[in-house]
Amino acid sequence: MTDTVKSAPASRRQREKPKKSERARAETRLGWILAGPAFVIMLAVTAYPIGQAVFDSLYSFRLTAPDDRSFVFLDNYILLFTDWGFWRPFLVTVLITVVTVAVELVLGFALALVMHRALKSLRGLLRTAILVPYGIITVVSAFAWYYMFDINSGFVNNWFSWLPGISDELDWFSNFGTAVTVIMASEIWKTTPFIALLLLAGLAQVPDELVEAAKVDGATRWQQFYRVTVPNMKAAIMVAVLFRALDAFRIFDNVFIMTGGEANTEVLALLAYRQSISRLEIGLGSAVSVVLFACVLLICFVAIKLFKVDLASGTDAGGGKAKKGGKG
Amino acid sequence: MSVTTKTRLGWAIAAVLVLGYSLFPVVAIFANSFKTPGDLGNQRFWPTSWTLANYEMIFVGQAQELFLTALRNSIGITLIATFIAVVLATLCAYAIARLDFPGKRLVLGAALAVSIFPVISVVTPLFNVWRQIGLYDTWLGLIIPYLSLTLPISIWTLSAFFRQIPWDLELAAQVDGATQWQAFRKAIVPLAAPGVFTTAIIAFFIAWNDFVYGISLTSTEAARPVPAALAFFTGASQFEQPTGAISAAAIVVTIPVVVLVLLFQRQIVSGLTQGAVKG
Amino acid sequence: MASITLNNIVKEYDDGFPAVNDISIDIEDGEFVILVGPSGCGKSTLLRMIVGLEDVTSGELRIGGDVVNDKPPRDRNLAMVFQNYALYPHLTVFENIAFPMRLAKGKFTQEEVKDKVQRAAGMLELTEHLDRKPANLSGGQRQRVAMGRAIVREANAFLFDEPLSNLDAKLRGQMRTEISQLQRRLNTTSVYVTHDQTEAMTLGDRVAVLKRGVLQQIASPRELYEQPANLFVAGFIGAPSMNFIPGTVQRSSTGAMCLSTPLGEIELPEHIAAAGQDKDVVLAGARPEFFEEASQVRESRRARGSVFSAELSHVEWLGNEQYAYISYENDPRVAEVLQNLAADMDTDELRTQLVVAVDAMSRVRGGDTAELWVDAGRIHLFDPATGENLTRDAEAGSELTRQAAEDRRRDRERAAANGG
Repeated sequence: MTDTVKSAPASRRQREKPKKSERARAETRLGWILAGPAFVIMLAVTAYPIGQAVFDSLYSFRLTAPDDRSFVFLDNYILLFTDWGFWRPFLVTVLITVVTVAVELVLGFALALVMHRALKSLRGLLRTAILVPYGIITVVSAFAWYYMFDINSGFVNNWFSWLPGISDELDWFSNFGTAVTVIMASEIWKTTPFIALLLLAGLAQVPDELVEAAKVDGATRWQQFYRVTVPNMKAAIMVAVLFRALDAFRIFDNVFIMTGGEANTEVLALLAYRQSISRLEIGLGSAVSVVLFACVLLICFVAIKLFKVDLASGTDAGGGKAKKGGKG
Repeated sequence: MSVTTKTRLGWAIAAVLVLGYSLFPVVAIFANSFKTPGDLGNQRFWPTSWTLANYEMIFVGQAQELFLTALRNSIGITLIATFIAVVLATLCAYAIARLDFPGKRLVLGAALAVSIFPVISVVTPLFNVWRQIGLYDTWLGLIIPYLSLTLPISIWTLSAFFRQIPWDLELAAQVDGATQWQAFRKAIVPLAAPGVFTTAIIAFFIAWNDFVYGISLTSTEAARPVPAALAFFTGASQFEQPTGAISAAAIVVTIPVVVLVLLFQRQIVSGLTQGAVKG
Repeated sequence: MASITLNNIVKEYDDGFPAVNDISIDIEDGEFVILVGPSGCGKSTLLRMIVGLEDVTSGELRIGGDVVNDKPPRDRNLAMVFQNYALYPHLTVFENIAFPMRLAKGKFTQEEVKDKVQRAAGMLELTEHLDRKPANLSGGQRQRVAMGRAIVREANAFLFDEPLSNLDAKLRGQMRTEISQLQRRLNTTSVYVTHDQTEAMTLGDRVAVLKRGVLQQIASPRELYEQPANLFVAGFIGAPSMNFIPGTVQRSSTGAMCLSTPLGEIELPEHIAAAGQDKDVVLAGARPEFFEEASQVRESRRARGSVFSAELSHVEWLGNEQYAYISYENDPRVAEVLQNLAADMDTDELRTQLVVAVDAMSRVRGGDTAELWVDAGRIHLFDPATGENLTRDAEAGSELTRQAAEDRRRDRERAAANGG
């Protein structure tokens, strides 16, 4: 991946020394002319607002009463951290993140293995099928799952009424346990293909010979998988898990559509939305936004420091690391 | 041999399971979209009698206003955002892949950082600023934030892609007598085009999927895209759920996704996974 | 330790293509057998069937007397060295070697594992690299780690799949010696796949030559060299290859039997001539060293052979030896046979020149006309239609192979006496 870095000096090598720096300067200028617009836009739409959010979060500020704006320093944060109304969404978000990522990892591995090992003739079909959940709009996925389980129009109660606890009267979205289950199911359905594709790419990079060698060395199927295949695709697994965890922590669409935060299913993103957009409590809403952002940073930090996820290698390897459902 | 037949059967079953997994919810909402109001309450999977009433409602009926404008907004905003993102990302990725300049890693790092950014954290300040400068509830007011969603991924995908292009071909073409522009157009563009195209599809998916910006930065039909509009659907009467209309609208906006996937599954997969997992 | 028996082994792929066709080989306990042939001859497939990575379509595969056709690899207790060594990149050298023991949970104590790895590492001069990862090793060291993994298994047999093909020529020679010595020392049944006939000749107790999934001949290297079963074996074994000169056996004007060839008449001993007498055209196989400059040959020997003169097209001097090349007009009746033979052997050139080994001190040059003597008694005649060796002396051949087996037995006893 360094060939690009190499090719540039190679073309410069013939030049004499003083000219070299001239040329390098021109290259720098051209580089920034080309990369600049994208860079500026990305920063303008993210760095500036998050700075603004940090600033706003230090004020008591309602958009409906702009003149009452006053500096309260950390009061908004103190209010949050002492309120169950913040901690509950926080814990729900953590729960959803942990459960969905864990389930998706297992399910994603299963999907990846099927695609990896499936007969050649089926591969294209499977890839096409699996891309449908990936490409579908999250809101559409939320509605699809909502209607399946809905007490009026859903067929799930009808089909599974033979299971204990399920009957025509079961309203899935009226209590926390069932509601969060359906929310997570929808999230898992939509985003597992992404993990599966990353894992599939990882699987493809484990040489067949290694697995064969393990076979000859006396490994069972399971041993071949977890002693040889998994350790050799650790990088792919960690990257997939990290990006999915970051993504899951920002869950919004599914909850908004299915329960709107009812039945205690409110998540952090929804809390921030309700505070600032619905109630126009810019100060408090910004504080929630900043906390959410801090959580995402923390997840990244933990992943990089503790689990040694090498994002820097991503800068060289390029590509799919930044791929996500785009739910945001 | 019996062993191979058995494994073959096993894989076939696994494939059927994967198909079921991927398509079941889509088929469910597809079935919903053809149900009569009566069928929507009978808790069956398939409609008892198929009807196009729901589609009529969103295309020519009372939901027409809401849906068609939203569809026009979605298509327009998404296409423009995708186009701008791909053009800017192509220039940026070209610089990253081909040129050696200080700040290269900074640009890639920024793209990575932006891609993990929680949209909800920036939507409040944007909401505020957009209201002040008049971008609230306009196309441009959505296109700009959509760039923050689509640019990072486009830059990453394209720079991975451009790195694999044998740029020496450009020199070879010049040696063969092509002008610099001809060399670029004849030797490089054909090689780069598939990557740019793949990137455009992925960027399109992401912009098409947006919901948070859609509901936060719009308030009327002037710019509200379909995902946001779906949340505002109402039934024919106050006591009727808009299930049928929403299902029909959901199927309509899923069609482009399915078409793109059917036509370009190979490219999309390679675009998504390219260089993602360097040992 | 175990014998390996292949009975009528067939491997047919889904499209019906038989990659391995009806091969039967008996591999004795402790024997070193080489499977050799050009690419696509089925040698690797055969090896992978023995180790259990490919299904056997039909036939019977026995290891140590037990039929193992349907056993998974892990139940066969074999060790394999792969072409790319297949070292686990996430494990250290120590853990790579210990890997098979780690898989057999509870069978080895920590102490035993350490002990065995240390012993294998000592044997392979890897002791100081045990903590390193495979990525930091040289090619030769990686090769040795792969062998270390095989050694600690105490496997029934070692299987090698072109283990030296990724090394440079010098290292290849050195590792060849190491593998050979190691095998003698451990006296473990070994099957070794290669496309390189030099490796085959130097390593093997017996060498099985394969062509397009069919076993051509299995014998000691000497027997393959001296008494090849057919045109393919004769051409494949030996470098530079055997010359194949088209000709017809007839009685010459002097009354002696001779072979009339584009190079002139070559007098043949009666028993050789008799074998080719009723054929329209035959191919005379003569290795380069069967020839000498006539002036160098003592009178007593000279009578056993035949002398002819030819114009040399060019000469290659290699220091210890010298090869002279003679172009001749090919016989159209055998052109196709020779073309097919070249294709079978993976060489693309059609050989219409004679390669002759002359004394390294000789001053002959290209363009000279030289008087050449050929040791006609060693010439083999091949039937171009079937490729069959018409003059093969089966008895002499098996005697050579029997001698090789005896040599091996002696080696083994010596190794046992030295304490392995």
